[in-house]
Amino acid sequence: MRVMPWLNCLRGVVGRELLRFLHQRSRFLAALVRPLVWLFVFATGFRMALGVAMTEPYQTYILYEVYIVPGLVGMIQLFNGMQSSLSMVYDREMGSMRVLLVSPFPRWYLLVCKLLASTLVSVVQVYVFLAIAWAYGIQAPLMGYLYLLPALLVTGFMVGALGLLLSSFIRQLENFAGVMNFVIFPMFFLSSALYPLWRIREGSYLVYQIAALNPFTHAVEMIRFAMYERFNVEAVTISVAVAALLLALAILGYNPSRGMLARKGAGGD
Amino acid sequence: MSEETAVRGETAPALEVAGLSFAYNGKPVLDALSVAIAAGEFVVLLGPNGAGKTTLFSLITRLHDRRQGEIRIGGFDMRRQAVQAQARIGVVFQQPTLDPDLSVAQNLAYHGALHGMGRREARSRAEAQLERVGLAAQRRTRVRRLSGGQRRRVEIARGLMHSPRLLLLDEPTVGLDIASRRELVEHAHRLCAEEGVAVLWATHLIDEVRPSDRVLVLHRGCLLADERAEALPTRLGVDSLGEAFDRLVDGESPCE
Repeated sequence: MRVMPWLNCLRGVVGRELLRFLHQRSRFLAALVRPLVWLFVFATGFRMALGVAMTEPYQTYILYEVYIVPGLVGMIQLFNGMQSSLSMVYDREMGSMRVLLVSPFPRWYLLVCKLLASTLVSVVQVYVFLAIAWAYGIQAPLMGYLYLLPALLVTGFMVGALGLLLSSFIRQLENFAGVMNFVIFPMFFLSSALYPLWRIREGSYLVYQIAALNPFTHAVEMIRFAMYERFNVEAVTISVAVAALLLALAILGYNPSRGMLARKGAGGD
Repeated sequence: MSEETAVRGETAPALEVAGLSFAYNGKPVLDALSVAIAAGEFVVLLGPNGAGKTTLFSLITRLHDRRQGEIRIGGFDMRRQAVQAQARIGVVFQQPTLDPDLSVAQNLAYHGALHGMGRREARSRAEAQLERVGLAAQRRTRVRRLSGGQRRRVEIARGLMHSPRLLLLDEPTVGLDIASRRELVEHAHRLCAEEGVAVLWATHLIDEVRPSDRVLVLHRGCLLADERAEALPTRLGVDSLGEAFDRLVDGESPCE
């Protein structure tokens, strides 16, 4: 088997995604403004109410805005993953998804390329966000920014595969807006992105249990620990396992003979 | 093996469909369809809306393959040798599939990469095909700025970049003016004659058919006719292809 054609395919898919991203400046701006609003407005307001005590991996008492930065990193990736699967649904209607799928490469490979492409776009967004947060005074150890990269790849694949899986089920764009509400918001709010788990437990044991089961919690903790040069075995294991499972299901969802595509028929006539 | 490959290489039909059936929600969309298209042949797939044309194309391009029957491209089985089969198909979809924000060259480069081509190879093949469709000067133009007819020609150029044996066009003239339509039909005929590419052209517009074209009439998933356009009216005892078509799709249970 020759390797070059496979790499060419990957380069093409990633290159197209980055080009599209560069052309959609408003999308980039929205992706950046959203977490910044949380950081500057929400966190400042809640700083007084929610001083965060010493929690792993932090070694001192920290301000609330320091606490939520990893959660906001996860949020950037969550939105990006969902948005790129929204564009999958849109693409499928517009047909460019079909262009991807008539490529002679195996479908699983095409989907992995697509996921990697959207993950890399989210990595760019995350580092720009972290640079602004750095300028604002929220600074993690320098090496933490390097350790963060693999964590971002895992999270990107996890949320991207989830989006892909959903896009294989959803027929119309209208339904997707609902999924945004039923997937993004619960995943984000019922996680450790905004409050530490122990604090959630003080409020409601049920919500705590849900948040502890939420894979997004583990992704956020993986990101949080990586940023502070720590390796959270539990969070990484769960995140990688969930990402792999979702990827497998998404590939199954796009399988020509078994997936939803077949059940939905060709569309049109 | 080598003998088999040699047979596939040149003499195998560009497209071979045998006993193809597909049902959606229990309703048959395609019913035991069998057809073969030789290299360099121009075939019009004629059928009213809902006849099953797009379904047939989806199955041939393996968008999904929950079906019965066989599909072979240049002798390669679409299920068992999907890679080889798919590499031999070029498609122009019914919906526009170019990225409007990217340039013509960027769109074609993407397609080349999806077929495993290196940058340089993709560029030279794209240039050659754009030359053919008379759009070499528009290489750097954003697709958004092109007219409908130009976009279609770019899509044809794209569909031919990887030198397929079979080019599928699913109602490619929808939304085009008369001049662009005529030009497109002519271009497709030239491809067959000069390049030996087999073309399957789906349409519901009778006026796109030339007398010498081979015509497949598809209605409610059944193949009602497979012959030269000029021979069809005579066989049915009517004056024109239009009447012949109306006569064919009027029948109650077409598969009989």
